[in-house]
Amino acid sequence: MFRSAARLTCSGVRGLTRSRPQYTAPLAARSYSHGKQETDEEFDARWITYFNKPDIDAWELRKGMNTLIGYDLVPEPKILEAALRACRRLDDLASAIRILEAVKDKSGPHKEIYPFLIQELRPTLTELGISTPEELGIDKV
Amino acid sequence: MLTSRALIRGLQSGLWRGVSSTSALQAGHGKAVDMMDCTVPQYNNRLDTPLPDVPFVTILDAGQEKLKEKEKGPWSSLSKEEKLALYRMNFELTYPEMRKGSHEWKTVVAGMLFFLGFSGLLVWWQRIYVFGDVPHTLSPEWVEKQTQRMIDMRVNPVDGFTSKWDYEKKQWK
Repeated sequence: MFRSAARLTCSGVRGLTRSRPQYTAPLAARSYSHGKQETDEEFDARWITYFNKPDIDAWELRKGMNTLIGYDLVPEPKILEAALRACRRLDDLASAIRILEAVKDKSGPHKEIYPFLIQELRPTLTELGISTPEELGIDKV
Repeated sequence: MLTSRALIRGLQSGLWRGVSSTSALQAGHGKAVDMMDCTVPQYNNRLDTPLPDVPFVTILDAGQEKLKEKEKGPWSSLSKEEKLALYRMNFELTYPEMRKGSHEWKTVVAGMLFFLGFSGLLVWWQRIYVFGDVPHTLSPEWVEKQTQRMIDMRVNPVDGFTSKWDYEKKQWK
């Protein structure tokens, strides 16, 4: 997850020399003073499983995406891939494009996150035939 | 609402005339938007809700129905215009359009200042035509005599009025 993307700008050097930016975040989505903290991997796995449900219905897709966008993070490409494939199973191209718009908006001032996501998702986008908002021209007003 | 109506009319004159929604805001509802049915799930444009409860256009015409059928096949066989039309059928505003904002605030501030100015004119008229003369006890002659009397009486001699009067030099300090 890209929770510590803000930290990247503060720490400066981290990630600049690598081809793929690394955003490691030790914090979990919920902070408890007791109990086990969910790790990033567990969080990702949970959401991938959610979207990978073969007979996922439209409500579940909407609920999942709206909840995921409500979190203080940008979802990992793996989660987004699962969500895009769920859109394909539901024959919903518009939602797939909307998801891409939403994660770009979610990145806020960190302009480097979205191009990275698209780069990671490019095989899936080509396979499913999803156009990005930029390709359709709706990224500009 | 005005900006989206204008936007959709503008877009209609473009590529998607055939398949995108025809009667903009009434398309999904079939009746005027003034009479929203709040008992059923609503469409909304929110940045934090990428996928609203219902699509923007629920009543599809023949061209849109055909497009929906085509959507069930491979998406790579859809043209850009068709993909755009599908997007616009489901969503009213894109994220950049939601974020755009308007110039309405200038109208609001201008109107506010205008009415403040108008109120000022009313106050001025009132001052001239409604209020009578000021009491004679505020005339310079009266105030002069009044001040002399206050000095003679030693009003507030410690820190107040006559503490500022120099009794030797007979002038203000």
